[in-house]
Amino acid sequence: MSWTRKILRVNLTTGSIATEPLNMEWANAYLGQRGLATKYLVEETDPNVDALSPENIFIMATGPLTGTMASTGGRYSVITKSPLTGAIACSNSGGFIGNEFKNAGLDMIIFEGKSPTPVYLYIENDIVELKPADDLWGKSAWEADAMIHAKHQDPNLKIAVVGRPAEAGCLYASVMNDLHRAAGRSGVGTVMASKNLKAVAVRGTKGVKGLDNPAEFFKTVSDGKKVLADNAVTGEGLPAYGTQVLMNVINGVGGLPARNMRDVGFEGAENISAEAMHEPRASDGKPNLTTNGACFGCTIACGRISTVDKTHFSVKDKPQYHGASGGLEYEAAWSLGADTGIDDIDALTYVNFICNEDGLDPITFGCTVAAAMELFEDGKISLEETGGIELRFGSAEALVASVEAVVAGTEFGKILGMGSKRMCEKYDAPELSMTVKGQEFPAYDPRGIQGIGLAYATSNRGACHLRGYTIASEILGIPVKTEQADSDGKPELVKAFQDATALVDSAGLCIFTTFAWGMEDIAPQIDAACEGDWSVDKCLEAGERIWNMERQYNNAAGFTADDDTLPKRLLKEAIKSGPTEGQVSKLGEMLPIYYEVRGWTPQGVPTPDTLSRLGLS
Amino acid sequence: MKMYLELYASLMHLLPPGTSRHKREIKVAEGTSVQNVIDQYHIPLESAHIVLVNGVFVCEDRNQHILKEQDVLSIWPPVAGG
Repeated sequence: MSWTRKILRVNLTTGSIATEPLNMEWANAYLGQRGLATKYLVEETDPNVDALSPENIFIMATGPLTGTMASTGGRYSVITKSPLTGAIACSNSGGFIGNEFKNAGLDMIIFEGKSPTPVYLYIENDIVELKPADDLWGKSAWEADAMIHAKHQDPNLKIAVVGRPAEAGCLYASVMNDLHRAAGRSGVGTVMASKNLKAVAVRGTKGVKGLDNPAEFFKTVSDGKKVLADNAVTGEGLPAYGTQVLMNVINGVGGLPARNMRDVGFEGAENISAEAMHEPRASDGKPNLTTNGACFGCTIACGRISTVDKTHFSVKDKPQYHGASGGLEYEAAWSLGADTGIDDIDALTYVNFICNEDGLDPITFGCTVAAAMELFEDGKISLEETGGIELRFGSAEALVASVEAVVAGTEFGKILGMGSKRMCEKYDAPELSMTVKGQEFPAYDPRGIQGIGLAYATSNRGACHLRGYTIASEILGIPVKTEQADSDGKPELVKAFQDATALVDSAGLCIFTTFAWGMEDIAPQIDAACEGDWSVDKCLEAGERIWNMERQYNNAAGFTADDDTLPKRLLKEAIKSGPTEGQVSKLGEMLPIYYEVRGWTPQGVPTPDTLSRLGLS
Repeated sequence: MKMYLELYASLMHLLPPGTSRHKREIKVAEGTSVQNVIDQYHIPLESAHIVLVNGVFVCEDRNQHILKEQDVLSIWPPVAGG
């Protein structure tokens, strides 16, 4: 095993804390983290529960490789029902806290109920206490993090915490850990705050024990690290340029959406790219990028640590933002930049800092501002309603004012805090919300790149690139190049990516390893760490089982095949210019084949045979 | 004839002198192939991973793809993100 076999169950209503053994039968079928915690959620809650009610549960879960020597083995996930989408929510984060949970002897923490007053959970190995957090409530995630560290006088304490927007009910609040890593999507931070749980602080020193075959594990882990080091992407490209290197690539191939996906292709893309982050600026000769950074156990180190130009309007009177902090990753740079038509890299970096400081999903925030800009330019939102913000595409001042409005909880900040679906419905323009199942798109246009459109439409947590990253194949040629404009073969490709990703997300590993690793690299590491025979086939079957379990949850929560769709703009409005001119998404051609490949009915429901084959009957 | 060469990421240092961040106007002979330009600018074979002409992937033999006046040839090393 490399599960600790121990779960912590915290009832926030009563304040009771108990430990219980991990259900090993489930662990053998769902592995850990995303899969295993979702199994607990499915078994313990009604899919129709109000996501922000005490009846919803909130799980923090590690995988069996979390805390081990496996490269990137430091991940943890937050699993709950999403208040943004009403679907399953599972948000994965790196940093260092996953390792700390494991070293405290825990596979998983399940939070039930709602505390009558603000609290935080303090864990120091076997000491587990709920502590008052009245003084932390109303503080940013960064302030609360510093206060908890000061209270316990322990710099090694790892903290997961929500900011002020989560407390105020912003529907896309994230759970921040280690200051600038996030369980970012689907509003998992909003659920945490709804339980009056401000933070979880953990220190573990027990070590991670019980590898099933230590000698074999060390060998497979060492082999895996060599593959990552020798690979041009994971060994050179990602550490040097980070995910942001994609800005020019995706723009170059005609796949970069801009201005609320009204356009494809952004003329300012190179100004907000990875290459631009390396350039010395005029004011102090320093580049935006200070250094790269790695999460626990990671031998890739794709993270960006950046500074904002001290003379920039966003920070010139705010010295607290003059230091280096978590910089732009590609998806955030796109949503805050290209999707709003803004090519001011300092403004984007500052807004990204604020999203980290106060726990906002920058993808949904940026896309919501982009939708608001289109509403404003169409005359559907007035200057009075925005609180005086001239909300025009390309305005860095408007973007900065918008993030500060969400954090301050102004009237307009609360409207932005709804996310674009509810906001656009409020202004009678639902067609301007670029969402699937209520969650905003990442940085790839489904008209210009066909497979990712199917992946978005069928993602179990709403529009998301991380549920089936077909961009790897369609653009980057990993593991093999497929034609981006083709719909043929994409249903099979999407299913393969979705199933493999579900398994990786359940292991404690980072999905970025799969730019170099195949399942034949991953399965032996799991097999050596865990009891049971974790062959490649078993891993892929477990991934498929997890995907179908999530689908069953969503179906039971009221989702149907009608929700497996894209906004009309992407299905009907052809790309106006560039190498992908004239294209729309061919979702209608791909979806029925995808259902068939999945073993689902034409209505998108897993057939009895499929459920039986996967042990889900 | 005139055409344009764009190099990105770790290939930028191979660009000839100029002011634009990634793009240079270059002159090549009629009948020049994509591979001819890759060779002329000393771009290592393994680093010419994403190769586009006018935003469209060059999937066929690069020796067979003959460039035209005003074409934009864009090249990246192996990269990824997400």
